[in-house]
Amino acid sequence: MFDGLSGRLGEIFDRLTRRGALSEDDVNAAMREVRIALLEADVALPVVKDFIAEVKERAVGQEVLRSVTPGQQVIKIVHDHLVEMLGAQGSQLNLNATPPVPILMVGLQGSGKTTTTAKIALRLKTRERKKVLMASLDTRRPAAQEQLAVLGQQVEVATLAIVAGQGPVEIAKRALTTARLEGYDVVMLDTAGRLAINDELMAEVVAIRDATGPVETLLVVDAMTGQDAVTVATNFENRVGVTGIVLTRVDGDARGGAALSMRKVTGKPIKLIGVGERVDALEAFHPDRIAGRILGMGDVVSLVEKAAETIEQAEAEKLAEKMQKGTFDLDAMAAQFRQIRKMGGMQGLLGMMPGIGKLKNQLKDANIDEKVLKRQEAIISSMTKAERRDVKLLNASRRRRIAAGSGTSVQEVNKLLKQFQDMQAMMKQAKKLGQKGLARHGLGALMPKQPRGR
Amino acid sequence: MIRLWGGKTTKDQSDGQQPEATSGSGWLGRLKSGLTKSSSRLSDGISGIFTRKKLDHATLEELEELLIAADLGPGTAAKLTAGLARSRLGKEVTAEEVRGLLAADIAGILAPVARPLPLDSSCRPQVILMVGVNGTGKTTTIGKLAWQLRDEDCSVMIAACDTFRAGAVSQLQVWGERTGSPVMAREAGADAAGLAFESLERARRDQADVLMIDTAGRLQNKANLMAELQKIVRVLKKLDPSAPHLTLLTLDATTGQNAHAQVEVFKDMVQVSGIIVTKLDGSARGGVLVALAERFGLPVYAIGVGEGVEDLRPFDAQAFARTLLGLDAVAGG
Ligand SMILES: Nc1nc2c(ncn2[C@@H]2O[C@H](COP(=O)(O)OP(=O)(O)OP(=O)(O)O)[C@@H](O)[C@H]2O)c(=O)[nH]1
Ligand SMILES: Nc1nc2c(ncn2[C@@H]2O[C@H](COP(=O)(O)OP(=O)(O)OP(=O)(O)O)[C@@H](O)[C@H]2O)c(=O)[nH]1
Ligand SMILES: [Mg+2]
Ligand SMILES: [Mg+2]
Repeated sequence: MFDGLSGRLGEIFDRLTRRGALSEDDVNAAMREVRIALLEADVALPVVKDFIAEVKERAVGQEVLRSVTPGQQVIKIVHDHLVEMLGAQGSQLNLNATPPVPILMVGLQGSGKTTTTAKIALRLKTRERKKVLMASLDTRRPAAQEQLAVLGQQVEVATLAIVAGQGPVEIAKRALTTARLEGYDVVMLDTAGRLAINDELMAEVVAIRDATGPVETLLVVDAMTGQDAVTVATNFENRVGVTGIVLTRVDGDARGGAALSMRKVTGKPIKLIGVGERVDALEAFHPDRIAGRILGMGDVVSLVEKAAETIEQAEAEKLAEKMQKGTFDLDAMAAQFRQIRKMGGMQGLLGMMPGIGKLKNQLKDANIDEKVLKRQEAIISSMTKAERRDVKLLNASRRRRIAAGSGTSVQEVNKLLKQFQDMQAMMKQAKKLGQKGLARHGLGALMPKQPRGR
Repeated sequence: MIRLWGGKTTKDQSDGQQPEATSGSGWLGRLKSGLTKSSSRLSDGISGIFTRKKLDHATLEELEELLIAADLGPGTAAKLTAGLARSRLGKEVTAEEVRGLLAADIAGILAPVARPLPLDSSCRPQVILMVGVNGTGKTTTIGKLAWQLRDEDCSVMIAACDTFRAGAVSQLQVWGERTGSPVMAREAGADAAGLAFESLERARRDQADVLMIDTAGRLQNKANLMAELQKIVRVLKKLDPSAPHLTLLTLDATTGQNAHAQVEVFKDMVQVSGIIVTKLDGSARGGVLVALAERFGLPVYAIGVGEGVEDLRPFDAQAFARTLLGLDAVAGG
């Protein structure tokens, strides 16, 4: 049901592989699928629209890189733009202020504020050797203050003494005073969960902000959040003003489109991600990982990059040159086999990735059999240099010698030579395509289909 | 007091009938005020769109987008819009009509899953197991249910089987005090299944009518944690093969399309009997419920509309659908 983008792009892939520069129609068709993939990943609709418009502008008319298909290139453009929009990696917490530095934690009910408060305190304590005080301003939820006190014991960070009957603003002021008197570097202020549309409670958090002047106001958001991310982000940003976002429950299997929505609506960086219930499960934000996840394609983008490297451009060009000069010989053919065998290796790799069955099938359809390729390479390497340059030398006795030397049969040698002749015939086609066209379409386009089975 | 409880068992309710209309009372007003906030943008959008008379493709597309913005998911939104196109494309329609038609379609999908909580008084104690992803509202919902049950003169016992999260037991104990329900608890880190077993023994001894078991929040993709939940079920069955009589999944209305995975996995692992949707008092619309109803057909027993003890309401398909589309719910359905 929730196929990632590469699955969705499957059919469009097919059509795109046959063409040159990205036309507007191609891009439009691809963008329809991108839109659905993003929506299924819970990216908010207005954000999806902006995103699509921007990507479209970038993609239309773009010259397709050598050694990748247009379809792959579309994925790459989408991915790269997503990474760019998600923002810089590992944006640090800002502690540049006279201690004690107040950090205010805000968000919806149950988003993970209290847990994240303790996680950040632990991180600041161990990594930056800060003396941290935590205070719970949540006087509403049953045992909320106690929860933070228990977490404080777990991470061995001080928590402000609980005084019954005090309101949130009072507690916040007491926390700052205590921190000042007792020489704390950072004061973490955990607040009660509140709905973004609850005016009264939003006013309360504004009062807390005004009383404490936080250097960081972190909006804690569940990675599973749906379209509501826009309302939440807009309201918290407009009413309270946030300095950064913490995405929680990234250890789940949600696609995490809320990350993009939040980032786009607030314009504020995603500073940290929660990856578990334990107090040490906090990590820096990596835009490329979240991007791959939103697109539902694991690390397919880096695989595409790898594939592009594997089919080495230089070699492709050399081959194209030979074809144009009409000097395509068995050495060139062997080089081509080696490359295609590397692709075969990619096929195995691709097979392990979720949701990219289409790509895999494509490679399968190319009918690449590694064993056959290896035998054919062996045949060629059993020939003399002269034979490889001029196949006409290969009479019956030479063929028998080559078959014996490569551990194959004369039939197989004959088959290879037939294939070679077919390929030479295709050089005409190659000339028509020109050097650029050949590199773009990849060597597979010129590869005669090998018979299935054996 | 609103009756959340239906008669006897689920089977008796499975004829797809809607529960008795409960609208008109205060809860509906609250639900509406919650949903109205959330759906005003949606309805503004639709009224804006349908000032033109003829229903054309551009209009349908915008309409589809409005459904998507309510978390119905691109697939369900497209399907509903296509249905509308089949019957109304090119025809003269008013904004009101179009919304009414869509609301009726959505209500039609939701009606079969809108059911009251089945409570079988012939079997005591009724064991209710509360499960769900972290922070979705399990503990709070137990408090709310205990309150409702007590009002029905049921004796309630609560087992604090979230032995993992900091402060989880104290949180539940506060709810126990609020609702006058004894809470069975053990030290932090204790075996949850062991406590569940002990609690059922105790509930039997004390002749409690209902035993509610709170569990730690867990993400559905964590196999070990799901296995732990299955262990609780197994252990309960040793004492009473028919337990747990109800397994309730709390679903946060803020959740987007991941709700599919949540329902799918929890249903498979612990045979969820039905869903309680929480936090519907917020701006999130919970539209994913429509797709869930079609795909899984699990009953939606109640909705949470606040953090207070009384903020649990029956799920009314028509009211939900109409408020989702910014239409006033017609009193009495
Ligand atoms: N799996 C996972 N669970 C998390 C993560 N962060 C928080 N949680 C869990 O989410 C639940 C809610 O976390 P809290 O920290 O209590 O959330 P909160 O925002 O303080 O909640 P309220 O104060 O009630 O609004 C708890 O069960 C946490 O253990 C995370 O990154 N991954
Ligand atoms: N606005 C609103 N808040 C709710 C509702 N239900 C629960 N909450 C709040 O959501 C937060 C989490 O609720 P809990 O009952 O602690 O959730 P939980 O599923 O037990 O959480 P864990 O045990 O940590 O997994 C608390 O702040 C609750 O007050 C609701 O219907 N509306
Ligand atoms: Mg909290
Ligand atoms: Mg709980």
